[in-house]
Amino acid sequence: MKIHEFQAKAILSDHGVPVPRGKVADTKEKAREIAGELGGLVVVKAQIHAGGRGKGGGVRLARSPEEAREVADSILGMQLVTHQTGPGGQTVKRVLVEEGLKIQREYYLGIAIDRDAGKVVFMASREGGVEIERVAAENPELILKEAVEPGLGLTPFQARKLAFGLDLPAKLVPAAVRFMLSLYRAFEATDASLAEINPLLLTEDGGLYALDAKINFDDNALYRHPGIRELRDTDEEDPLEVEAGKHGLNYIKLEGNVGCMVNGAGLAMATMDIIKLAGGSPANFLDVGGGATAEQVRNAFGIILTDSNVKAVLINIFGGIMRCDIVARGVVEAAKSMELEVPIVVRLEGTNLEQGQEILKASGLRLTVASGMRDAAEKVVRLASGR
Amino acid sequence: MSILVDQDTRLIVQGITGREGTFHTLQCVRYGTRVVGGVTPGKGGSVHEGIPVFNSMEQACRETGGNASVIFVPPAVAADAVMEAVDAGVELVVCITEGIPTLDMIQVRQFMAGKRSRLIGPNCPGIISPGKCKVGIMPGAIHREGAVGVISRSGTLTYEAVQQLSSRGIGQSTCIGIGGDPIIGTSFVDALRLFKDDPATEAIVLIGEIGGTAEEAAARYVQSRLSKPVVGFIAGRTAPPGRRMGHAGAIISGGQGTAEEKIRLMEECGLQVARSPADIGETTARILQT
Repeated sequence: MKIHEFQAKAILSDHGVPVPRGKVADTKEKAREIAGELGGLVVVKAQIHAGGRGKGGGVRLARSPEEAREVADSILGMQLVTHQTGPGGQTVKRVLVEEGLKIQREYYLGIAIDRDAGKVVFMASREGGVEIERVAAENPELILKEAVEPGLGLTPFQARKLAFGLDLPAKLVPAAVRFMLSLYRAFEATDASLAEINPLLLTEDGGLYALDAKINFDDNALYRHPGIRELRDTDEEDPLEVEAGKHGLNYIKLEGNVGCMVNGAGLAMATMDIIKLAGGSPANFLDVGGGATAEQVRNAFGIILTDSNVKAVLINIFGGIMRCDIVARGVVEAAKSMELEVPIVVRLEGTNLEQGQEILKASGLRLTVASGMRDAAEKVVRLASGR
Repeated sequence: MSILVDQDTRLIVQGITGREGTFHTLQCVRYGTRVVGGVTPGKGGSVHEGIPVFNSMEQACRETGGNASVIFVPPAVAADAVMEAVDAGVELVVCITEGIPTLDMIQVRQFMAGKRSRLIGPNCPGIISPGKCKVGIMPGAIHREGAVGVISRSGTLTYEAVQQLSSRGIGQSTCIGIGGDPIIGTSFVDALRLFKDDPATEAIVLIGEIGGTAEEAAARYVQSRLSKPVVGFIAGRTAPPGRRMGHAGAIISGGQGTAEEKIRLMEECGLQVARSPADIGETTARILQT
């Protein structure tokens, strides 16, 4: 799960990480008020989940409360387009108004999961304020890493190693160590999956601040963090994906015109791939989960067909232990209750395959029965292109 | 021969009295697996579907001589169940449970360091040695005894591949689902190493997906250490970056984990890569003939 910058900074601040003074505003008047309270130069920052906000015009300076009001007015409600939002952009509903700090130098701090080592890894770099992926690709030696020992957490000596590795002035190292230890505590206490401070700011007067903050959380651990779950902002997500999630369906919208309904994430990905190989383009990823009951199939149809790009649907279910006749009944029941207009191709596999196919054929529905993934993909792509 | 599970496997089911646990225990028994006991804390001393139930893994192992366990408990308590099984000293722990927090699994990995148990999963279909023993939720009937080892990160896609093999008369020595989570007990390389040393395994099918770098490590291992032929497949060539495709581990991030990169390296390392998921069986048949 992702959250906004202002929410991430509140969590960090609770754990002792220094952040610039500031507040969030959803109106221009509120922005002016906050700028007045802060005094002097302020930064007005659009609050959307996507990165690259500055380049898209979503982060601007203001020298007076009145200017802050004007800047907030132009940012609030805008469709902010960044390299992460897609061409449509994302509507800005809130801005964070923060004190403007004088930059001496920018650094990078990050915490992530190292899958191969099976550990949390703490990263630091002198190359702050730029895309860290680029640094990792071009100059990997500029990213310092410390593997965190499970149970122990980041230790002071590791933080010191990183701080000295950043070439921070010796007198600033204790503050940097406190910063890193607090950041790690916030990561662990919230079951985060990723935390990034980019940039970590060194001000002209020798202060260290999290100038920007990004925290993602482990969805599997949200059950033990009800307060964090409440920070979810569904306005930032695709409405169809939110709706699918309510039904326990795993759905991701894509750009093509062939709707897919599959059981299992790996098979769902492979189904998308084979549609592409057959010359078509998948409209979505959808994993209906283990039990393709009539109700789940109906829910899945509902989601897939809300996307008006969909010209045909491929159902690919590998029954396994689940019997094909039961899956087939579910599909027929759902299709009959919904007056489906787009052509449907069904590929079933597993126990009681013949009975399942019989049920589909006898249903009187406009279903195309396919045998095997290649046959299914070729049929559905042909139907989607109207041939 | 086969790896990890066979006729000598004496299985204990953790969470045997639950709905999933009960159903799949019976499926395993029907396949021929020797299920010697089950664990549900508080229900010790009872008998469930003809199988004795114990309060702890320690007690279950002591009284039944169990040497493997399979876990069907909810995600919030699954990491603890894995550690309990490891502490009881079973050789193999297969964790089916999906949705275990990553930081819990990191603790489990740490707990297991230096101990004798091997973990498969979590979030996996389990492991089967066709004709001998099934420890998991895969449909037994699609498998066939033979000489091809199968390793995969996914469930139903593995069944798809296995069926393509079986329908061409190609049997399997052992099929392992290693799981779709970022932190897992047995990696592709671990499984390849076991198949390398198994004389009954002549060829290997490796089914990966986007995310992480485990497939890359596997490809390099095949190139440097393995003389047996390996067929590869990577799911997710059409997946957009930054989106989690169902499995917690299946995400392209920071330019890492793309299907194209994995396929390129696999081919460079001498694996026969099936470009289409429909070609896994055919590709395997071809390398077995040459």
